[in-house]
Order: sequence, then structure tokens, then C-alpha cells
Amino acid sequence: MTETFRRMLRSPQGALGLLIVGLILLVVILGPALAPYNPDTMAPLQRYKPPSAQFWLGTDQYGRDILSRLLNGARATVVLALIATGLGTLAGAMIGTVSAYLGGRADEAIMRTIDAVMSIPSLLMALLIVNLLGKSSLNAVLAIAIAFTPGMARVTRSVALAVRKQDYVNAAIARGESAGFIVWREMLPNVVAPIIVEMTIRVAFAVMLFATLSFLGLGAQPPASEWGLMVAEARRFMHLSPWMILWPSLAVALVAIGFNLLGDGLRDVLNPRT
Amino acid sequence: MSPAYVLKRIALICYTLFVVSLIVFAITQILPADAAVMLLGENATQEALAAVRERLGLDAPLWQQYLHWLGGVVQGDFGTSMRTGQPVGPALFEALGRSLLLALFSILLMLALALPLGIVAAIRRGRIADLVVGVISYIGVSLPEFVTATLLVLVLADWLQWLPATGYVPLTENFGRGLLHLVLPVLTVSLILIAHVSRMVRSELVDVLHTDYIRAARLKGLSNRTVLFKHGLRNALLPTITIVALDIGYLLGGVIVVEEIFALPGIGRQLIVAIQSRDLPSVQAGALIMATTYAIANFLADIAYAWLDRRIQYD
Repeated sequence: MTETFRRMLRSPQGALGLLIVGLILLVVILGPALAPYNPDTMAPLQRYKPPSAQFWLGTDQYGRDILSRLLNGARATVVLALIATGLGTLAGAMIGTVSAYLGGRADEAIMRTIDAVMSIPSLLMALLIVNLLGKSSLNAVLAIAIAFTPGMARVTRSVALAVRKQDYVNAAIARGESAGFIVWREMLPNVVAPIIVEMTIRVAFAVMLFATLSFLGLGAQPPASEWGLMVAEARRFMHLSPWMILWPSLAVALVAIGFNLLGDGLRDVLNPRT
Repeated sequence: MSPAYVLKRIALICYTLFVVSLIVFAITQILPADAAVMLLGENATQEALAAVRERLGLDAPLWQQYLHWLGGVVQGDFGTSMRTGQPVGPALFEALGRSLLLALFSILLMLALALPLGIVAAIRRGRIADLVVGVISYIGVSLPEFVTATLLVLVLADWLQWLPATGYVPLTENFGRGLLHLVLPVLTVSLILIAHVSRMVRSELVDVLHTDYIRAARLKGLSNRTVLFKHGLRNALLPTITIVALDIGYLLGGVIVVEEIFALPGIGRQLIVAIQSRDLPSVQAGALIMATTYAIANFLADIAYAWLDRRIQYD
């Protein structure tokens, strides 16, 4: 673990990714404590203030401090994206590993179905699921998790197929171990590294997807300070108060860039072949 | 490329479309809200509700509803919109045409920019040009469409006043203005594509340039240009075709957001409107049409790939 960490720091991508993601996690944990104002307090006299010494990033149409809203919104945006990715990865990894373990016709049938599901673009899939479940943050998380599952299943399966051929799996089969034991104890632990890489890159995508759903009015609902929602609300005022839309946009971009860098850095360290 | 391979791909695409239709139907039909109540409002009488349910076929078992719907779709009948009372099909296909126009321009712009950028980055590997292309593509990949669109509107439409911020003018009505309205959507959609594909071209080309046959070509004394274009690029571009086809999935997703932002009446915008107004037949048809478009694009890419690279023999 420490070795991985040290090698990450040596590549510029990995180091920068670690730095950005570290900062983001710090904001996620400490955000509300660092915020100079209450994110929901409306101040009619302080509306549409451009960035100043008093309000570092300016105020919005209700006079709410944008910096405070961003700091508070980090949890809504980043944590939910992490949970969605985690759920999707877990489901996908299970399906992929089982499919690779079964092999033959069952594997073929599962993978062709996965391919078919993947011909629905993930944003469209997420939209359909939110349509089914109703608009809310929680449903958006579920939608993203389901939309990610087939892709993760495909990645896991290709790795698991290589693991499946290893001698220790054959040995376990020869010992007469149960299918559950082989999948859980022998195969899954060995497909973890590539999955973590894929997952880190997906977090970036999940942040973007979640913010996009909120932006379209189908994720977080007002008065939440989720960043995509903040962008959507600020659109009406962008001509006169461009800072209102600029900061949350940049915040989403920064998080996505951070996780992309971290994922690429991890990939270089964990599986140098690809 | 054997006929058997093409047949197998055709069988696969049929299966894909079947699964997609099943998913789309399942997700949309198991709505928590009753479609009849949605149509008539909360105060409708029981008799009226029952009549509407019968008219929409909502009282039949789910599998019968599915077969009925699928039977209609196969014959080109996508049902009647709950919002407008008009047939869903024609309106959606008209919208699809506008979306495809947006997609086509975006792909052309991507090809025009991503290939040179990727090639330059690969040749100047580790130098400033490589770094610049890398940073640009990182930013491009990491910006959601709504952020890119926002920034572009802010700079190009709001501050510089070069382009209209939103709206749509048909090309047949006024070609110049129509194009002008398309610039911002196309820029937004293609940015992420350019970023993705130029990274791909770079890494493929870097790999290819390290192979033995490239070394052999250099040792034969061929010029750099011949080595790069005749030996290197040809092999580097093959995997790129698959990536471009997969990107069409991103493209269709991106189109949804971009059309919504720029008020471009394409299929993505129709879909959002349908979802927000809970217009069930339109949601089903829109989703089905988008997924089918993607599946066909993938199919064509696979065929093109197999045709270009004769080494591939799928069994």
C-alpha cells in the first residue's frame, strides 16, 4: 500500500491527482465547518454581489454566499457520486466474475445481454430510471449505479477470464471447493486492482453524470447546494452575474479532473501493461 | 470478412434491439403513477379512468401490452403522444434528423482536429506539444457538457457577441443563420470527442511506432513521412474506429444535454420534454430510437473494422 502510494507520487499525473482528490476529500469532511456563512441564509440586501473581500466568490439571487454553498454542496456532489460508483462497481464485478467463472454458453449469453444493455447510453439509461423512480438525489444515485453496472461487468469479466485460467483456480476446482468459494475467495481478490483503476476513472464520470442529472432538474432538488443544480439555477442570471454560474461549473470540472488524474496515475502503477 | 461473420453480427443486433425494447418497456411501463390518472387529472371519475385504461390497453396483462407495443413499433407505429395527441413516430424522426445533423458536424470537426493533434502529440512525445495536447484533452474529458456549454456561451455569445446563444433555424430556411446557430452546440459536443479521440490516437500511434516493422522500415531508409503515414498511421487508426463508434454512445448522451441547453429541437430535447411531462409513448419511442441508432453505429463500425483488418477472424 505505501509502495503504491510512493510510486503514485513519482508520476506527475498521480501526484497531482492525489493532491486534488485529497483537497476535495478535505472539503467534503470539513466543508460545512470552513464555510464563512450559512449556505441557506437569504440576505435580500446582499443579492447579486460580485466576488469581494466580504464574499470571496460573490452571492447569488437570494444573497446566499456562493463559497459557503460550494463548500456545503461538496458532500451532496462528491459523496453521492462515490456511493453510486461503488454500488455500480460491486454489482458489475459480481456479474462479470460469475460470468467468467461459468464460462461457455452461460458466459456468452450473459455477455451478449450486457452488450445489448450497453447500447443504451448511460445518461439515457439514468434518465429512464429517474423517470421510473421519481426525481431525487437518492434515485439519481441508483440510476447511475445501474447505468454503470454493465460496463463494470464487462471490464471485470475480461480480467476474471485471465484469472480463471490460473493454476490456483484449477487447484481450487480440483479440491472440490464450492462455486461460491471459488468466485469469492479465489477470483474476486485477484481482479480487484484493475477494477479499482476503472472505478476511480468512473468516479469522475459519476460526478459529471450526477451533476448533469441535477442540472436537468432530475437529481438534487432546490434548495440543495448540489453543484449541477447551482449551475442550472444560475443560468438565468449568467448575463449580468456570470460568477454565479462560473464557480460551480469549475468545481465540477476540478473534481472530474482530479479523479481522472488519480485513475490514470493508479493505472500506471497497478497495471503497467496497458 | 466471411458472410458468416456478417450474419452473426446481424443476429446479434436483432438480439440487442430485442433486449433494449424489453428494458425500455419495462422501465417506462412500471411507472409508479397511473397513466390514466396522469392523463385525466386527480378528479376524474372511476368510469372515465376505466374507459381510458381500456383505450390505452392498460388493463391487459403486461406481456400482452408489450407484444401489442412491439407489434406497432415493428410496423412503424410508435403510438400517440399523451401530450399533443399526435402520432409519436413522425415528430421523433424529424427531431432525430436534426440531432444527426448535429452529430455529423461534431464528428467531422472531431476528425479534422483530433487526428492531427494525436499525431503531433505522438511524434513529439514528451515534448511541449505533447504536454499541451495532453492537458487540453484532460480538460476536455473532464468537463461535463453543461459546463462546456456554459463557458462557451459566456465567452462567445455573451462577452464577444459573435454567436447566438440559443435557438434553432432550419438550414433549409436560412443556411447561413442555421449554421451560425449550430456552431456552439457542435463545439460543445465535439470538445469531449476531440479530447477522447486525440488521446486514443496518440497512445495507439506511440505503441505502433515502437514495433519491429516500423524499425525495419526506418532501417530500410524510408523517409519519416512514409514511415509515419504508410506504416504507422494505418495500423494506429484501426483501433480508433472502434473508439469512435463507442463514442457515439457518449455523443447521443451529450446530445440530450446540449440540445436542452441550446434549445435545439432534436430527439434529446424531445425526450427531456417527454420525461418531464410523463408522456409515456414518446419516452418509449425516443429511448428506443436513440438506442437503435447507437446499436446500428456499433454494428457498422464492427463491419468496417473487419473489412479493413483482414486478420480478424471471428468464429
